[in-house]
Amino acid sequence: MKILVTVKQVPDTATKIQIRADGQGIQEDGIKWVINPYDEFAIEEALRIKEKQGGEVVIVALGPSRVEEAVRQSLAMGADRAVVISTDAAVDPAAAATALAAVCGEEGFDLILTGKQAVDDDSAQVGPMIAANLGLPQVTVVLKLEVDEAGHRLRAERELEGATEIVELPYPAVVTAQRGLNEPRYPTLPNIMKAKKKEVRRVSMDSLSLALDPRVTVNRLFAPPERPEPTILSGEPEETAKELVRLLHSEAKVL
Amino acid sequence: MDFTLSPDILQMRETVQTFIREQVEPHATEIEEQDEVPFAILEKSRQLGLFGLSIPEQYGGLGLSMVDKCAVFEELGKTINGYTTIIGAHNGIGSVGLVEFGTPEQKLRYLPKMAAGEWMGAFALTEPEAGSNAAAMTTRAVRHGSRYILDGQKIYITNAPYAHVFTVMAVTDPSRGPKGITSFIVERDFPGLRVGRIEKKMGLHGSHTAPIYFEAMEVPANNVLGQEGQGYVNALKILANGRAGLAARSLGSSQYLLDKSLEYSLQRQQFGRPIFEQQILQHYLADMATDIETLRWMTYRVAWMADQGMPVIKEAAMLKLYGSEVYNRVADKAVQIHGGMGYIADYPIERFYRDARITRIYEGTSEIQKNIIAAQIKKDFLKSR
Ligand SMILES: Cc1cc2nc3c(=O)[nH]c(=O)nc-3n(C[C@H](O)[C@H](O)[C@H](O)COP(=O)(O)OP(=O)(O)OC[C@H]3O[C@@H](n4cnc5c(N)ncnc54)[C@H](O)[C@@H]3O)c2cc1C
Repeated sequence: MKILVTVKQVPDTATKIQIRADGQGIQEDGIKWVINPYDEFAIEEALRIKEKQGGEVVIVALGPSRVEEAVRQSLAMGADRAVVISTDAAVDPAAAATALAAVCGEEGFDLILTGKQAVDDDSAQVGPMIAANLGLPQVTVVLKLEVDEAGHRLRAERELEGATEIVELPYPAVVTAQRGLNEPRYPTLPNIMKAKKKEVRRVSMDSLSLALDPRVTVNRLFAPPERPEPTILSGEPEETAKELVRLLHSEAKVL
Repeated sequence: MDFTLSPDILQMRETVQTFIREQVEPHATEIEEQDEVPFAILEKSRQLGLFGLSIPEQYGGLGLSMVDKCAVFEELGKTINGYTTIIGAHNGIGSVGLVEFGTPEQKLRYLPKMAAGEWMGAFALTEPEAGSNAAAMTTRAVRHGSRYILDGQKIYITNAPYAHVFTVMAVTDPSRGPKGITSFIVERDFPGLRVGRIEKKMGLHGSHTAPIYFEAMEVPANNVLGQEGQGYVNALKILANGRAGLAARSLGSSQYLLDKSLEYSLQRQQFGRPIFEQQILQHYLADMATDIETLRWMTYRVAWMADQGMPVIKEAAMLKLYGSEVYNRVADKAVQIHGGMGYIADYPIERFYRDARITRIYEGTSEIQKNIIAAQIKKDFLKSR
């Protein structure tokens, strides 16, 4: 089974984000970049399917040269090779999905796995849009995945608010991973060494000659307003309760 | 000189950092108190690949350069030193002899299992009457046809209670002094090998050190490591090779202590402000940081020289000496900065203070390193005239 995993590189969730002076993006220097955590679940799932049923796991990534670090990490986890679509441009979800779908289509596959969303812009659109671009069935927010090779079908459990939905679908298909699908492995030191020798094919985004005009542009990013200092009431409960009601009524205007 | 680390080793270092943080550090206090070998953590360390740092890739190891190995050892130094010592002794003195002097057959027999961590390595040089003066050893190896019979005793052997492969030095020709010493590869289950009582130590809890006894122990002649009569030279080379790694571990431990001391001094309030505001503590911290930075560049410079194939006898001795002394100085200041808390065993500073002490003794005492340095600079001076 040939599985493609599309991987995005995002700032480490522990990073303190600073907004750029022009308000169009974040300051990138000094940021630690990591594989989007949901994509790690997708990589892990692909590796487990491969270990059970054989086949190949290929990483498809998109972005500036720094994404190679995420690619190397994915290869060190055990993926076989990678394709990187290189671009320095800011890419909206539609353009990313168009470019990724083009490269996936050209690669050929039985299954595309990716994270349910990227933790930087949280748009959660790229997986579904890849499926739409390629005319494939899709299942999102997946917690459990079974592959029936004989019947050429997938059985997936997906998370709904307070319920689990079980769906079956034929593949090729696109599956997006939710936290809980599995426990991603550490890359072992020998696998980090082996990753050096694995093939990374680079395709420039321009060479794909796709219409990639952004449908969404960022107007302005801004930090949430600072929280005002809390007011702490002290004294007898009867008085503080009265004071609280007064403040909620006349200051906070919620009563 | 380019001292940037390659992306692969940066990735390895980060992987080791995560492993230490998630799998080792949470158990450090328990290891310290129980002084039991942390076999469950060693099993995870095996899976990560930490037992094959020195072993070439063709034998299943990582075949790291000395620079890369030091980068990993630096990270390993940032946790309980007993654990670090088990891994360090295996990757250093416990396996380097086979890598450097083994025949292809010997390598094939031992290295893949050692790289996988199935067989742990140990190095047996010291004897009751032969410590700093290792050439005074009396363990005897007498050849009988296709095997040698060994009789004698080694002491203070790190990893002995759970190691499977020992690099053992013994006298094959008593008339030739140091040139009559030969090294052997000895397996734990060779008949006649016995491991003695585990020593109680000031520190390095979790790693076990014990004497081993050879009682008419049979060793196949195929297990001679290197040339007969070269055992003493082999031992010195194995120890010299281990020195950079040992210094890198001291570096990691020192950095850990500096980080803890900074954190504590900024948070601990006395006289209405953080104790960091006291200039004397700032100077302690500045001294610690300067010592550590000097040690860092010395470590990677000597490792780089070794990777280039340059002779490093003098430099490795200086590095081992300096690394040990820095670690001890830093540990002393760290205890001082932490005050009473630095002396209390619930907090790791006290443990590092005790663990630091061994670095000035094993793998050649600080005094012996100075002897090596003095002999080398005299030689260099006389040659240059
Ligand atoms: C925890 C631990 C683990 C060890 N692990 C191993 C191991 O795995 N394998 C192994 O083979 N050994 C091991 N050793 C032994 C260690 O290497 C020796 O203890 C060390 O080399 C010193 O030898 P010694 O104890 O006999 O001290 P001595 O040689 O008796 O030295 C005592 C003092 O005299 C000084 N001294 C001696 N000779 C001179 C001189 N010529 N000039 C100046 N000063 C001198 C020393 O520096 C020291 O201060 C270990 C020891 C310990 C404590």
